[in-house]
Amino acid sequence: MDDSTLAQQQQKLKYYQKGTFTVGNRLVSDAERSVQASAERSNALTSGHRACQGCGEALGARYAIDAAMRATGNDLIAVNATGCLEVFTTPYPETSWQLPWLHSLFGNAAAVATGVAAAQRVKGKATRVIAQGGDGGTTDIGFQCLSGMFERNDDVLYICYDNEGYMNTGVQRSSATPPAARTATTPALGPEPGNVFGTGKFVPKIAVAHGIPYVATATVADLRDLEAKVIKAMGIRGARYIQINVPCPLGWGAPSYDTIKLARLAVECGLYPIFEAEHGRITQSRKIRRRIPVRDYLILQKRYAHLFRNGVDDPRVARLQAICDAHIEDYGLLGDDEA
Amino acid sequence: MDHDFAITLDVGTSLANHTGAWRTFRPEYVHRLPPCNAACPAGEDIQGWLSFAEAGDYEAAWRALTKNNPLPAVMGRVCYHPCETACNRAQIDAAVGVNAVERFLGDMAIAKGWAFEPPAQKSGKKVLVVGAGPAGLSAAYHLAVLGHDVNIREAGPAPGGMMRFGIPKYRLPRDVLDAEVARIAALGVRIDYNSKVSDLQATIKEGGFDAAFLAVGAHIAKRAYIPAGEATKILDAVQVLASMEGAEQPLLGRRVVVYGGGNTALDVARTAKRLGAEEAIIVYRRTREKMPAHDFELEEALEEGVMMKWLSTIKHVDAGAITVEKMKLDETGFPQPTGEFETLEADSVVLALGQDVDLSLLDGVPGLEFADGLVKVGPDMMTGATGIFAGGDMAPSERTVTVAVGHGKKAARHIDAFLRGAAYAPPPKHELAGFEHLNAWYYGEAPQTLRPTLEIARRSSTFEEVVQGLDESNALYEARRCLSCGNCFECDNCYGVCPDNAVIKLGAGQGFRFNYDFCKGCGVCEAECPCGAIAMAPEEI
Ligand SMILES: Cc1cc2nc3c(=O)[nH]c(=O)nc-3n(C[C@H](O)[C@H](O)[C@H](O)COP(=O)(O)OP(=O)(O)OC[C@H]3O[C@@H](n4cnc5c(N)ncnc54)[C@H](O)[C@@H]3O)c2cc1C
Ligand SMILES: Cc1ncc(C[n+]2csc(CCOP(=O)(O)OP(=O)(O)O)c2C)c(N)n1
Ligand code: SF4
Ligand code: SF4
Ligand code: SF4
Ligand SMILES: [Mg+2]
Repeated sequence: MDDSTLAQQQQKLKYYQKGTFTVGNRLVSDAERSVQASAERSNALTSGHRACQGCGEALGARYAIDAAMRATGNDLIAVNATGCLEVFTTPYPETSWQLPWLHSLFGNAAAVATGVAAAQRVKGKATRVIAQGGDGGTTDIGFQCLSGMFERNDDVLYICYDNEGYMNTGVQRSSATPPAARTATTPALGPEPGNVFGTGKFVPKIAVAHGIPYVATATVADLRDLEAKVIKAMGIRGARYIQINVPCPLGWGAPSYDTIKLARLAVECGLYPIFEAEHGRITQSRKIRRRIPVRDYLILQKRYAHLFRNGVDDPRVARLQAICDAHIEDYGLLGDDEA
Repeated sequence: MDHDFAITLDVGTSLANHTGAWRTFRPEYVHRLPPCNAACPAGEDIQGWLSFAEAGDYEAAWRALTKNNPLPAVMGRVCYHPCETACNRAQIDAAVGVNAVERFLGDMAIAKGWAFEPPAQKSGKKVLVVGAGPAGLSAAYHLAVLGHDVNIREAGPAPGGMMRFGIPKYRLPRDVLDAEVARIAALGVRIDYNSKVSDLQATIKEGGFDAAFLAVGAHIAKRAYIPAGEATKILDAVQVLASMEGAEQPLLGRRVVVYGGGNTALDVARTAKRLGAEEAIIVYRRTREKMPAHDFELEEALEEGVMMKWLSTIKHVDAGAITVEKMKLDETGFPQPTGEFETLEADSVVLALGQDVDLSLLDGVPGLEFADGLVKVGPDMMTGATGIFAGGDMAPSERTVTVAVGHGKKAARHIDAFLRGAAYAPPPKHELAGFEHLNAWYYGEAPQTLRPTLEIARRSSTFEEVVQGLDESNALYEARRCLSCGNCFECDNCYGVCPDNAVIKLGAGQGFRFNYDFCKGCGVCEAECPCGAIAMAPEEI
């Protein structure tokens, strides 16, 4: 077989019945499968936790920490901010974590992780450190500690599980809550129901602005991409940041079975851009595969129900669409097929 | 350990916390019926044999296929593949080329000399099969595999029925047919040629048969009354095609008119072209949309230069010419005469108007019932006469090779039960794996591999096979396009996506199990299973 037909064949085999979209694939070698496909995955966050049915955060955390454990040969410590992830895994005395794990406060995970990393260095240990928390613990109260950790380029991977609100305390707004979303503190009342437009912050971009070695966004809807990013991050020294979109059935008002679907649609409409940046520059973005209007994503969630009252779309649907369109342009989210 | 106030568990793992108690719905692994399987007249487990082919285990694929159909190389050439029409993949890009992969497996089996497993035990029962067409061959194969002693009596000089004396060589090379028949005969099936059964009851008695399966096909050409002058040449399509198997080829002349709109008409016209006719014109009284022939066959014929005269009936045949009347479809879609006439030059006219069944061998058999010149059979393929079963073209159904093979299989299973004094109860069918059960997101984009066709120049002068097969890499690729509708293909999605880590992976080929101690019933696994192999069932609370 000459090279061109071999290449042609590989091109074809790439499709492999289901491409690489599924978790595993019986037709490829174990090495080509995801960490999650392995019967030997560490299950860093094991069963018996008290997360809601279909919790995207529980899923995202297992995806990320299992990949990090594989990448570090299980030599890993996690520091957790207060939030659902801490509360549903570790109501003393039980815990679901299968690795050394530390909890201090809501706002100081980045600083504690900095200290743990420094301690490893002092003790001459190779143990790596991950800090993790929710969007509230990251973008709001923990932001100062996080920015400091970036600025000092401490050897910590910080993972933010972004469910777009303070879910653990009853679904309040955070600075990562999207415009128009209803939360307990942005009720669907009055002339502008739900969260306001024009406020909040997108921490991944702020992290990029710190010029740290590695920043990425990811989603529970694309496991391969998520794992690749975590593994890549663990191969880098210094401050790193990954933010994972993790739908929350309770806070978003969605059926428990739609968790991955919602994460997928958030990417496919352009609302949640998935990209990578190194040393202050965006290097790659994940292309939209089957573009959808943002409406298809919003309408599945009760937190946006007020946008579709009486069978008419609220004009703010168009404003959200404009945000998606801007993301698509800014991050180059369309591939050759979609452009 | 003593616990503090409000603390119930020891320090450490949460595994003591059985969150499965939260569940109101439980996921269950299920099998659903793939639409291809549901549509296959021979009842093949297409998804099942494709799954072996996907892994490159072609022999296992062929063995799984031939559990239901002993003629894959023939099927892969002549079957009209209703499986592909039903295939879910058509809703993503294009149907899986099931038929092409089937042919690939059939051809590989012939090349490698794979043989059927002989039965472990003989039943000692004797079954007569009348006719060595697809229905008879299929029944004989299944009966032989079930351990019965089978004797086929065939009126003609060679096996295959319409597969040999109807379907032209350029669609089904005879060495392919011969190889697949030989493999059935190698199971110990005795085929007597030139042995027309003219008195069924006498034959059963003489041979000491315990049961009989009739599959004599439909070979008597239907005639239409057409006023004809002297020295005109009017022939029957089935006779023309059958004579292609003899030493002398039929003389059709330079300009051949074929009358009819079915596949047989196309086969005759294409054969005439190959025999050297300058013109082969098909006269048909309706339109292309109403034509019973398949569109791909018409396309192939048109490419070869066959011409069509739509909305026309033959009024008169003279030496060297025919008169046709133009027709018009009425509101009900029925053709009505217009009174407009036209003359076409023609050296011969071939009638392809369908065939009737020769039922003379059944004279005097008590209990038989007939309808429209066909033998009536029950759901078990038994005729009104106890122990006498029938199928294929002689029984009411669609007339295709695949239906005939399916009849043969079904009859064999009921005959087997009959011989044991039992009744055969087919296993209950699974719920259909319709497209709505799939999560199409997970399938990669992959268009269908088209089978190469012989260049037109060679086709119209030779009887070489028109449609070529796939090579190994193409066949593998095509097999891997299958979505595995309704049946787990071990994608690990359920195992991966469960937020509660409540799916247990049992290992390659072993599938998965739910750990109901921890499954909260969120349904993410069901939603993200690409192929619909998980169902949510309400818990009894
Ligand atoms: C020109 C043509 C093209 C076709 N193309 C296709 C195609 O591409 N795909 C497709 O699926 N179908 C096709 N068909 C239809 C298909 O061939 C038939 O539906 C199928 O062969 C029927 O199978 P059978 O076993 O019932 O009968 P047959 O194939 O007709 O076989 C009956 C056999 O019984 C023998 N026999 C008859 N009477 C007696 C007797 N008294 N004693 C002993 N033996 C007897 C005959 O000699 C014959 O061998 C085509 C048909 C024709 C005519
Ligand atoms: C200093 C302080 N303020 C408030 C709280 C209460 N509190 C606990 S978790 C939480 C919200 C967590 O939100 P987020 O970080 O987004 O995580 P989520 O629960 O959404 O995963 C709050 C406000 C606290 N624990 N500490
Ligand atoms: S995709 Fe595969 S299993 Fe599904 S209908 Fe098509 S051939 Fe059958
Ligand atoms: S994903 Fe897990 S918890 Fe949810 S229904 Fe399936 S097995 Fe149960
Ligand atoms: S999700 Fe994949 S592994 Fe699980 S049942 Fe469906 S096909 Fe099988
Ligand atoms: Mg949150």
